[in-house]
Amino acid sequence: MFLSAVFNGITLGGLYFLVASGFTLIFGLMRNVNLAHGSLYLFGGYIGLAVSVATGSWLLSFVAAFIVVALVGIAMQILVFRRIEGQDLRQTMVTIGLSIVFADLMLWAFGGDFYQIQTPHALLGPIGLPFVTAVKSSGEAVYLQYPMVRLAILAASLVIGVAMWLALNRTRVGMIVRAGVDDRDILAAMGVPIQLVFVLVFALGAGLAGMAGVVGATFQSISPGEDIRFLLASLVVVIIGGMGSIPGAALGALIVGLAEQLGSVYIPTYAIVVTFLIMVLVLAVRPQGLLAGR
Amino acid sequence: MSITQDARLQPEPVAATTLNGLAGADFGQPAVWVVAFLLVIMPLIANGFFLIEIFGTTLILGIVALSLMFLAGYGGMVSLMQLTIAGLAGYMTAVLGASGNANISLGWPWWLATPVALALATLFGTVGGALAVRTAGIYTIMITLAIASAFYYFTNQNWVIFNGHTGINSVVTPHFWGVDWRADIPFYYVILAVAALCYGAVSYLSRAPFGLALQGIRDNPRRMAALGFNVNAHRVAAYAFASFLAGLGGVLQVWNYRQISPGSVGVERAIDILIIAIVGGITRPIGPFIGALIFVLLRTFTLDFLVAVGLDGNRFRLLIGLGFLIIVLFSPDGIVGLWERWRNRNEAGSAQPGGERHG
Repeated sequence: MFLSAVFNGITLGGLYFLVASGFTLIFGLMRNVNLAHGSLYLFGGYIGLAVSVATGSWLLSFVAAFIVVALVGIAMQILVFRRIEGQDLRQTMVTIGLSIVFADLMLWAFGGDFYQIQTPHALLGPIGLPFVTAVKSSGEAVYLQYPMVRLAILAASLVIGVAMWLALNRTRVGMIVRAGVDDRDILAAMGVPIQLVFVLVFALGAGLAGMAGVVGATFQSISPGEDIRFLLASLVVVIIGGMGSIPGAALGALIVGLAEQLGSVYIPTYAIVVTFLIMVLVLAVRPQGLLAGR
Repeated sequence: MSITQDARLQPEPVAATTLNGLAGADFGQPAVWVVAFLLVIMPLIANGFFLIEIFGTTLILGIVALSLMFLAGYGGMVSLMQLTIAGLAGYMTAVLGASGNANISLGWPWWLATPVALALATLFGTVGGALAVRTAGIYTIMITLAIASAFYYFTNQNWVIFNGHTGINSVVTPHFWGVDWRADIPFYYVILAVAALCYGAVSYLSRAPFGLALQGIRDNPRRMAALGFNVNAHRVAAYAFASFLAGLGGVLQVWNYRQISPGSVGVERAIDILIIAIVGGITRPIGPFIGALIFVLLRTFTLDFLVAVGLDGNRFRLLIGLGFLIIVLFSPDGIVGLWERWRNRNEAGSAQPGGERHG
C-alpha cells in the first residue's frame, strides 16, 4: 500500500514536472505568468487523442501534440504578448482571458465527456518490480506489481528533465536563456536576438505542456476542468520549488505528487489540504521557493 | 514593478481625479442622484425577477468585486481569493445557521451565525493575505489563485463540514419583526443598504489616512517604508477590510440562492470576480458595480440573444472571455476609464465648463 502510493506519487510527480517545467521556464525568462498553461495541457491532450484515434500511433500523438501546441504558443507570443511586453499584470490578465476562451472553444469542439488515449500494447499490463510487498505463508515473496506505462512515463519525464538541464547548462542557447532569466535587458543590449529566444522558449514551454497533455490523457483521462487542475498543480509546484528554476520544478513536482498520493491514501477527505499546507509552509519559511536562485 | 503601473496605463494623468473623486465632485452631479433615486425606487419599476435576479445579483457581485477593487486599485494587490472568502462566509452561514442538511448545520439563530461567519471569513482572508504579502506583485495572483482552487477542491472532497459536491441546501434565511427578509422587496433593500455601506466605506477609506498610506505603498513601497510606515501591516489590514466586504457579499449570496455548493466557489467564479472588477475598472469604487451589471446582463440575456441571431446559445463564456480580452488589451482601466477619457476629451473640446473636475 505504502510502496504503491509512493510509486504513484513519483509518477504523478513526473507528469506534474512535465507541465510545470514549461510554466516555470516561460515565467523565468519572460516574467509572464501564463495562466493559460492548463489550457495548453488540455489542448495537447485533445490533439493527442485525435491523432491516436486517427492513426493508432501513440508516439505520433506525442509529436503532433508537441508541434501543434508549440505553434499555438508561438502564435500567443507573437500576436499577443509581444505587444504588451514588460507589463506583467496585463500579460497575466490576458492569459486569464485566453484560458477562458480556450476552455470554451475546447468544450465546444470536444464536448464535456471524459476521454482516454489507448495505451499502446507494448506498455500494457503490469510489470513485477524487485520490491517485496508481502511474504506468502509458503515463504515465497510477493513482488510489487506496477503498470508498465507509468514506468515509461516516469522514465520519459526523467529523460526530458535531464535533457532540459543539459540544454540549459551545457549549450550556448541554454546560456542565452539563463542570461535572459537573470537580466534580459543587458542580454538584449549584447545583440542577442531576444525576441527569437522568447518565441523559442514559449514554443518549448507550450510544447512540453502539450506533451504532458498526451501523458495525462493516457494514464488518467482528460475532460473540461482538467485545465484548471493542472494549472493549480503547476502553480503549487513552482511556488514550492521556486519560480523560474527547473530543478525547483522537479523537486516541487515530486513533493506535490507524493503529498497528493500519500494524502489520498491515508487521509482521503483532506488530501488537498496536505498539498496546500506544504505550500503555506514553504511560503512562510522561504517565500521565494525552495530552489529559487534569487 | 508595481501592479498598478500596469493596470493603469493611461498617457494623461487622469488618475489624479481618483483620490478625491467621490468627495467633492460626484455628489455635485445630478447623474449620481438620479442613479441613487432610481435604485431606491427600483421595486416600483422592476418586478421580482429583475429586482433580485438582475439588480440584487449585480449588487452582490459588485460587493465582492468591490473588495477586489479596493485591494487592487488602492493596494496594488490583485487577489483572486475574494470569491473564496465570500464563499467561506456563505458556507459558514449555512453550516452555523439552519438548513435542510440537519446533520451538518448547527442551527444557530441568524444573528449569531452571521457575525461569526463574517468573523471567520475575515480571519481566513487576513491569514491568506498575510501569506500573499510575503511575496509581491505578480506572485500575489498565483498564491491567491492557488488558495482559491485549493478551497474549491477541499469543499468538493470534504463531507464532514462542507457536504462534498452536493453542498448545503435549503438554507434558512432571517425572518424577524414579522418580515420575511428574503422576500423580494425587503431583500432588495437589505442588499442595497449593504452595498451602499460598502461603497461608502471604500470611498471614505480611499481618502482616510489609512487609504492614502495604502495608495502610497502601492506606488512606492520602499519610500513608504523609509517614511516609517509598516508596509506589510498596511497590506494585511487592507486584506482584512477587503475580506470583511467579501464576507458580506458571501452572506448575501447564500441568502439569495438559499444554497451553496463547491460550484459557487469554483475557480471560474473567482475569475469572474476579477473580470467584473477589471471590466468595470479598478480605479474607482463604482467600477465593480458597473462591471457586475454588464456581467449579469450578459449572463442572463446572452443565451436568448445568441439564439435569436442564429448562434449556439451556450457560448456565454466565450463572449465573456473575448470581452475581457478586449478590455484588458485596449482599455486597462476598464469601462470607467473609457468613460473618463471620453469625458475629458469632451471637456477639453468645450473649453472646460465649470472647471469642477480638476483633481
